[in-house]
Amino acid sequence: MFLNKIIGAEASLRTKIVSLVGLLILFTVPLLANLFDEPFLVDIASRILIYALVAVSLDLILGYGGMVSFGHGAFLGLGAYVVGILTHHSYEGTAVAFLPGEWQGTTQAFIQWPLAMIFSGLLALIIGALSLRTTGVYFIMITLAFAQMLYFFMISIPTYGGEDGLNIWERSEIPLLDLYDAKSFYFTCLILLLLCLWCCSRIVKSRFGMVLRGCRQNEVRMKALGYPVYRYKLIAFVLSGMIAGLAGALLANHTEFVGPGLMHWTGSGEIMIMVILGGMGSLIGPVLGSAALLMMEEVLAGWTEHWMIFLGPMLVLIVLFARKGLYGLLIGKGADNG
Amino acid sequence: MADPILEVISLTKCFGAIAASDGLTFSVKRGTIHGLIGPNGAGKSTAIAQLSGELQSDTGRVRFDGQDVTRWPVDKRARSGLQRSYQITSLLPEFTAEDNVAMAIQSQQGHSFRFWDNARKDHSLRIPARKILERVGLSDFADSPVMDLAHGQQRQLELAMVLATAPSMLLLDEPMAGMGQSESLRMMELLRPLKGDVTMLLVEHDMDVVFALADMITVLVKGQVLITGAPDEIKNHPEVRRAYLGDY
Ligand SMILES: Nc1ncnc2c1ncn2[C@@H]1O[C@H](COP(=O)(O)OP(=O)(O)O)[C@@H](O)[C@H]1O
Ligand SMILES: [Mg+2]
Repeated sequence: MFLNKIIGAEASLRTKIVSLVGLLILFTVPLLANLFDEPFLVDIASRILIYALVAVSLDLILGYGGMVSFGHGAFLGLGAYVVGILTHHSYEGTAVAFLPGEWQGTTQAFIQWPLAMIFSGLLALIIGALSLRTTGVYFIMITLAFAQMLYFFMISIPTYGGEDGLNIWERSEIPLLDLYDAKSFYFTCLILLLLCLWCCSRIVKSRFGMVLRGCRQNEVRMKALGYPVYRYKLIAFVLSGMIAGLAGALLANHTEFVGPGLMHWTGSGEIMIMVILGGMGSLIGPVLGSAALLMMEEVLAGWTEHWMIFLGPMLVLIVLFARKGLYGLLIGKGADNG
Repeated sequence: MADPILEVISLTKCFGAIAASDGLTFSVKRGTIHGLIGPNGAGKSTAIAQLSGELQSDTGRVRFDGQDVTRWPVDKRARSGLQRSYQITSLLPEFTAEDNVAMAIQSQQGHSFRFWDNARKDHSLRIPARKILERVGLSDFADSPVMDLAHGQQRQLELAMVLATAPSMLLLDEPMAGMGQSESLRMMELLRPLKGDVTMLLVEHDMDVVFALADMITVLVKGQVLITGAPDEIKNHPEVRRAYLGDY
């Protein structure tokens, strides 16, 4: 069944139980929210799923490919802007800027979301093509620099709100579905996340995925075996950017607003924290990381505005004692199996 | 048989003021084992890295199999049949032994832009990988993570990987480094039958091994070729004895 497809039929019993419980929780969130009469829970849960999606996309290149991209906010942000800009023009009845012709945008999800993926993918192609020529700290700095460049670029375009960003007056439209309904929106996010997890779990086990994982372990050896590693890493980078773009499209709908803040380095850092906290190279880990970080934010921010102070020591502990993050704690030894 | 598969023409590499290789010129005949010897720091590993493409040469040319490969990157040289092993074991540490060999086979089967089917269940990778592990005596460790293997086994695995790519020429940088006596013997017995099919440039510390295996030997001293000749010639060369063999 579907569960097996994501975690693999050969997974340990503990993995299966944990994943099953996880799925059960995910599918019953709206029900529980109703039961406790806390409808805003569905909203928070949707946000967790969206950030899980972008964290999984980062895990694909960070946890499996060893690419420490510190600019993932750029892809998330661009995906969100694509939806924001198309909706903006559709709402105002004006032509999309920087494009030839008189296209006035659209609110159709089936056009908006793939476009968000394509644009984020193209951005990843450009950033990746340049930054993957470097490694280590240089790679981190260059991806960071590109994201910051885009951040300042968006600030400098008054057409699309500049620093203030854009309000989204209409959520994306899907036939037979009302994305203004919190439950429908939640399940849309959930299905897209599960679909992405399924595809990624196939990819990391495929020939392509094995090459990617080989590069993380020993890139010199992979080259000596005859692999043109640059191409493989670039393709992975683009795939990752596309998934992040989709997450951006969802996020724009969720907050009904897009702003340059998404592209700021602190946003990219948060995505990376989710991956590390949840467990790199596990796909499920980033979902846990997203849930943990956002819930912590929700709870701790209620107590003190300096909640970040608690986060630092916790991350240090995780990195020191749980190499595979929260996922490793839940699964135990099996989490190490490739 | 007599044509050279590898021609090295005045290859030079400087690290700052040190000329690690200084105008190297020699050629390797197809199907032979060619020894490369010299004292520590003579520039043997540097030469191997220049031939494999990992180090960019300052000047000079490398011709392999009739083509000028001087400007080719590592992976392109590897795909054209020029494979190397490392003095310091270099494997994919989180994979199993079989995974490591399968990765070598996969590289040889063309591009890996296949995103969907489970590579670990692919018989066209796994069956040949098992066969090669058997050949080097590692069948019992196919599913062991590389990190759990003993040093000697890791060296054998490294050889299994280069063999799996079906190379036409091997650059072997001290393949027996750190091995015990019996393991070294086993390695020798693995290399010997390859002669004829696979050309080998063999860097080795143990003179007995080199003299037993090599058809030709090049002696390096301070980055320069002292002499290239048949084993007997090398053994009796007064300058070689003085400069390198010493009390041999
Ligand atoms: N990456 C490097 N940077 C600086 N010097 C190096 C480097 N690699 C090798 N050398 C120097 O080049 C010389 C040859 O080294 P090497 O090729 O490793 O010798 P061998 O393998 O024959 O023992 C040595 O003097 C060594 O210190
Ligand atoms: Mg050496």
